[in-house]
Amino acid sequence: MLQIRNLTKIYDGGVKALDNVSFDVPDGQFLAVIGLSGSGKSTLLRCINRLIEPTDGQILWNGEDITKASPEEMRRIRRKIGMVFQHFNLVHRSKVITNVLAGRLGYVNPAWSLLNRFPKDDIEKAYKQLERVGIADKANHRADELSGGQQQRVGIARALMQDPAMILADEPVASLDPVLAHSIMKHLEDINDTDGVSVLCSLHFLDLVHRYADRVVALNAGKLVFEGLPKEIDDKKFKDIYGRDAERVG
Amino acid sequence: MKNNKKASPWKSLQIGLATLLGLVVFAYGFQITQVNLEELRSEKRQESLVRVTRALAQPEIFEYDQTEEIVNQPFYVTCPSSGSETNIPEPDTSAPYLVITPACANPGDIVQVEGFNFAPYTTGPVRFVPGSDPTNIVSLGRDTAETDGNGHFVVSMEIPDRPSDDVQYIRATLKKNVGAPHLTQTAYDTWDKIVETVFLALLATVFGTMLAIPLSFMAARNLMKTVKSPLTSIALSTLGWPIGIVIGFIVVRWVGGLSSGLGSNIWINLASIVITPVVVIFGLRWALPQEETALPGRALQITRLGVILLEVLIGFFGLFQLAALTMSIGKSLETSLGSFGFLGYFLFQVGDIITILTPALGALAAGGTLSNFMGRIGQLASEKLPMATTKILNIVLSAAAGATVLGLIGQLVEWLYQIGNPLYVLWAPVTVGAIAGLLLAVFTKAKESLPIGLVIYSITRTLLNTMRSVEALVMAIVFVIAVGIGPFAGVMALGLHTIVSLAKLYSEQVESIMAGPLEAIEATGANRLQTIIYAVIPQIVPPYISYTMYRWDINVRMSTIIGFVGGGGIGFLLQQNINLLNYRAASAQMIAIAVVVSIMDYISSVMRERVV
Repeated sequence: MLQIRNLTKIYDGGVKALDNVSFDVPDGQFLAVIGLSGSGKSTLLRCINRLIEPTDGQILWNGEDITKASPEEMRRIRRKIGMVFQHFNLVHRSKVITNVLAGRLGYVNPAWSLLNRFPKDDIEKAYKQLERVGIADKANHRADELSGGQQQRVGIARALMQDPAMILADEPVASLDPVLAHSIMKHLEDINDTDGVSVLCSLHFLDLVHRYADRVVALNAGKLVFEGLPKEIDDKKFKDIYGRDAERVG
Repeated sequence: MKNNKKASPWKSLQIGLATLLGLVVFAYGFQITQVNLEELRSEKRQESLVRVTRALAQPEIFEYDQTEEIVNQPFYVTCPSSGSETNIPEPDTSAPYLVITPACANPGDIVQVEGFNFAPYTTGPVRFVPGSDPTNIVSLGRDTAETDGNGHFVVSMEIPDRPSDDVQYIRATLKKNVGAPHLTQTAYDTWDKIVETVFLALLATVFGTMLAIPLSFMAARNLMKTVKSPLTSIALSTLGWPIGIVIGFIVVRWVGGLSSGLGSNIWINLASIVITPVVVIFGLRWALPQEETALPGRALQITRLGVILLEVLIGFFGLFQLAALTMSIGKSLETSLGSFGFLGYFLFQVGDIITILTPALGALAAGGTLSNFMGRIGQLASEKLPMATTKILNIVLSAAAGATVLGLIGQLVEWLYQIGNPLYVLWAPVTVGAIAGLLLAVFTKAKESLPIGLVIYSITRTLLNTMRSVEALVMAIVFVIAVGIGPFAGVMALGLHTIVSLAKLYSEQVESIMAGPLEAIEATGANRLQTIIYAVIPQIVPPYISYTMYRWDINVRMSTIIGFVGGGGIGFLLQQNINLLNYRAASAQMIAIAVVVSIMDYISSVMRERVV
């Protein structure tokens, strides 16, 4: 159970990216986060694993307050939270398999990382994850030789290596075409269904939200403006979320 | 439009004034730099210029072995009384011979010297030899003979003012090149020194690069910005450095004593360098499990720490033993290997370097470890202890840390300037440091994370920029004093300059990497070290290689002149020859420099293309 309580983030320039946001995510839920660009979706997701330090508020995960965790505890928390990015964020010059293995860094003793060594089990596991996302044959290619869709699958494999209890997906399909978008979303759905991993996924397209999400939260200018089921988003709610001039497409 | 018209005269005036100002600046520049072409036109300058240019155009690289044909023809100055001309024997016409007409003359007369049967197309001086001894090395005159295809020449020479009743001689010395051209001594010397130059640059670049890499991370804003620690942790880790360095140095020296106490018995050395790595590897494997899902208990953690410490000590013992072994092997190889003795010399020097560096390495390692360890304790303390206790702890520790740092700086000042007054170099800095630390602790919140990373970043940057502005040539002067004249001083100077300038260039590359992968690796729970290894290093490999190549280029060029101040390399030879006015030799060295620099340029561009 993830509980967000009065979460606020004010950036150094004074921009209020999150304004007193509170909601709960039960274990195993597929939650979509929607809102305009700049509404605070990315900030929200990054506050949860503290890539961005929240200014105020609490994030309770199974009772433990993430915002109060020490660096050492944070390492243990982060390794249970996988993250998938809009721009994939792979290390381009490294091999695909190395990128996937990097998901294990929270578990591996840092002294062994100096020697660039991973345990044998992890290497086997990495190949299994690549197989799961369907690109086992690309394991020894350089990451930047892959197409966008393939790169995102590597990103998912990397997140899976962490044995995550939760996956934060920051617009995972915004850089992909509709066909690829569905294939990536299906992978996330599969992880959510079979492994029981909670997924927090920010999305732009409402049809994807309807198709995949169990629940939706919507942000507008850092404020939580909607929380409920995807089908509850009617025209009025839509205008609340995206502004009065917005029109529904697709 | 209106505005434009109005501004126009003012604008013209401005341009006029700017032009005038420019002219004045250049006029003053001419005065200052003493531009003077009259000097260039003077005959003396022209003559030396031509002489030097010609010498430079004929580098002393190849020469021929020469044979000389010397013929001394008896000759009288002045003509003896009649009847004694028979003293001149008939020349042997089967060998080279000279015919002088007339056979005797008065001083100042012009005589014609004709040579026959010499080797064709040879040249050499024709001289008047005073005194009655044909082997006299003293000779007068400046005529040169040049034989034709038949070995014949004709020279008119003026008889010098050396009248004598005895017979004197006119000597023709014709020199002939024999065999194939071969390299001159200058060429050999140049080769020796150019090899020295190239290796000087190589060593400086390698050592410089190795040290510049860690420094560059400390000078990269994007990496250091996120390093934040509570004051308790900062103060404790600051205190950890000096304490750790002292402890480490003492302990490792003790280990070194233990090692040298065993003597330089090769079998003991050999046994220990086989056993120690095995012990260390197994010990560390046990103490540092690759992966752990559960948090280990206190007792286990402490045991592990103990084992790691023990392993490190054993490791240092092994290093000392390795040094002793390489030194003794090196010594024996140096004599037995003959022309490959340099391998033995290398081994011996490596052993020596290990012996000297190991205590320093141990001191640094202990300093870093203790600092890290105490920092963690500080972190833990500031997390767990109540606010008021933390505040008090902060005040005490921060004052102690400030006092220690400034006290050490005071001692450095004392060592440099020998002030000799403990009030200025010990008590005053300690007090100031303590007060500064105290104020810092009082005016910051007890558990607030302070941007210590940015502080380290600023200090590193400032140091790098200051050191970088000191030219390598100036550093070489200092090192020549420290380690003596020779290429080693050059290596040190170039190496130091390489460290500071590469660290700056590298750090700019680190600052320009993509932030995405960094974020992704951090999100997996990787710590700082892992983030650097898996997200930063892969991204900076190409620019690092490219900059290292570029630096290697610069170092080769620098090492050609570092000899001017005694730093070894070809510059030493070049300067010597210029000072001795031996321009032909200097020319050979200049050509060598040009060739080496352009070859390096080519190689580095090829390698850059390959790798990047």
